Amino acid sequence: MAEKRVHWSVYAFGVYLLLPLYWLVNMSLQRNQDIVGEFAIVPRNPTLTNYAEIFTNPVWYEAFGNSLAYVSINTLVSLTVAIPAAYAFSRYRFLGDRQLFFWLLTNRMAPPAVFLLPFFQLYSAVGLFDTPFAVAFAHCLFTVPLSVWILEGFMSSVPREIDEMARLDGHAFGYFFFRLFLPLIKSGLGVTVFFCFMFSWVELLIARTLTASEAKPIAVVMTRTVSASGLDWGVLAAAGVLTIVPGIAVVWFVRRHLARGFALGRV
Amino acid sequence: MQRRADNRAWFAVAPVVVVVAFTAIVPLMTVVNYSVQDIFDVDTRLFIGFDFYRETLRDPRFAQALLRQLAFSALVLAIEIPLGIWIARALVRNQGKSATGFLILLSVPLLVPWNVVGTIWQIYARPDIGLLGAAVTALGIPYNYASNVLSAWVTLLAMDVWHWTSLVALLSFAGLSAISPAYYQAATLDGANAWQTFRHVELPHLKAVLTIAVLLRLMDSLMIYTEPFVLTGGGPGNSTTFLSQYLTTMAVGQFDLGPAAAFSVLYFLMILLLCWLFYTSVMRGGDDG
Amino acid sequence: MGWMAWTGPTAAFFAAIAVGLAIMTASELRWPTTVRKGFLPIPTTRGDRFFVALLTSAWVHIGWLAATEAPVIIASGLSILLGVLILLKA
Repeated sequence: MAEKRVHWSVYAFGVYLLLPLYWLVNMSLQRNQDIVGEFAIVPRNPTLTNYAEIFTNPVWYEAFGNSLAYVSINTLVSLTVAIPAAYAFSRYRFLGDRQLFFWLLTNRMAPPAVFLLPFFQLYSAVGLFDTPFAVAFAHCLFTVPLSVWILEGFMSSVPREIDEMARLDGHAFGYFFFRLFLPLIKSGLGVTVFFCFMFSWVELLIARTLTASEAKPIAVVMTRTVSASGLDWGVLAAAGVLTIVPGIAVVWFVRRHLARGFALGRV
Repeated sequence: MQRRADNRAWFAVAPVVVVVAFTAIVPLMTVVNYSVQDIFDVDTRLFIGFDFYRETLRDPRFAQALLRQLAFSALVLAIEIPLGIWIARALVRNQGKSATGFLILLSVPLLVPWNVVGTIWQIYARPDIGLLGAAVTALGIPYNYASNVLSAWVTLLAMDVWHWTSLVALLSFAGLSAISPAYYQAATLDGANAWQTFRHVELPHLKAVLTIAVLLRLMDSLMIYTEPFVLTGGGPGNSTTFLSQYLTTMAVGQFDLGPAAAFSVLYFLMILLLCWLFYTSVMRGGDDG
Repeated sequence: MGWMAWTGPTAAFFAAIAVGLAIMTASELRWPTTVRKGFLPIPTTRGDRFFVALLTSAWVHIGWLAATEAPVIIASGLSILLGVLILLKA
């Protein structure tokens, strides 16, 4: 198609998307007394004290560490179990494959609230309550099915003839899989890591239920700050800005593959 | 080349089955166990059969939460699906730099942690310190999401549109990009207007991605918890208490094991039914699974 | 396993589903299924019909519990009849 100007409504929507974010950044750069004192479109006395508060107060930076800990464990576990399964789904027909795939999908769709009660009992019973492992394993509920779903799509787009050729060339399966096959779906792996990371990072309900004090994640600290010790809007906004940063960093790294991940329609 | 039939593939899927069984099947069985007993403590429990189900199904608060939930999901779909398609159509005509930049902008709301989405809108929509709240109040419209039911709903919808329209737009964009220009040229030659082009060229190609977009938006809106929890806490009154809120209050707030478990089973069966209906309709359109 | 709070009836229920799945698997190995078109609007395999039968019986029970105080055993009987019908005719 010929280059055409983008319709004005798209710009309007862009502004709609940007304004709340701008406002968050704006709030994060002001002291609380300035925020509640006087309404300002642009910060009058811009300051970084709110960010300093987060980086020096252990309650905040430990919460960031806790979140990163369970998100990393979760991503690692999800990828490890999902890669062989996705390969099996994309290459073989086997007894109950469609049913199994559907069952995995239902776990992506099931409301986490349904699983709260037993999760709490289960992880208390095995002594993992209030550790990053409890949250990481519980999040596998939706990240594992999601990973299988995304990876299966990417693997199926690699022609099956390649497997056959590698075998005829006398390559061992391990060599073929790790040296030839996985590099072919590099972008798929990137997209999968991205989505595991994202869905585990953004989840609040399970993370809140399975932690008490030791492993409290950032999402929980933020909501507790709101409800408990009076409202410091500036610090809250700064924490909000900081939680968005890892997501934006990840999207920047996978930006070329993102469109393809969406193209497969397997979010 | 066809997929080969080989049941040894089960060895490759076994780890997933074990992990998901641990995180899904064991908890589900536990929920069913809890739902048929009155549990006082681990050793003192009383089998009561289906009483909690009967109770839940007749609980007017459950019915209200369900109705609110369905209304919310319907509104979300009615706004986000057309809007997302509209944005994607406007973007796909332009393959220049601005489209690429816009795609990145679109993905930003999807990356914001859900509780932070709540926080952002909590700040943004407050009448005293928020840009949106202050602007609306300045226009003379009484607006306060913490005390006015209509304001709370409008804010929730605006927030959900902000958060999730991008998903629909990105999926539709991917679907539209795959359409060969030849189709458009043919449509132009036939003298089709914009609506006819959309109806007969674009929509058929979008069917697959749109089904997935609707499925994801429907399921995710049916389980919405975090954003209203942060923004309105389910209020004012119970006016924004959806199914997950109500269930969480029962389960972790009051620790009513039995009724919460019965609620969970009903909620899960509802999702399972919807999911199956959609899955079969998607797979019917496509090839084998 | 104390925290799972097992009861006799629920254990029997899950055992029945497990046996059902085992029978489906065994019969699948012995007589591989064919996709066929019955009264349901979609072509189904034996496994699909088994799933549809289970889901239908769950919703029959829910409907029964919501609508009436009459004994649930009637709903169970109804479900079994419907289940057999779906397995054989759908």
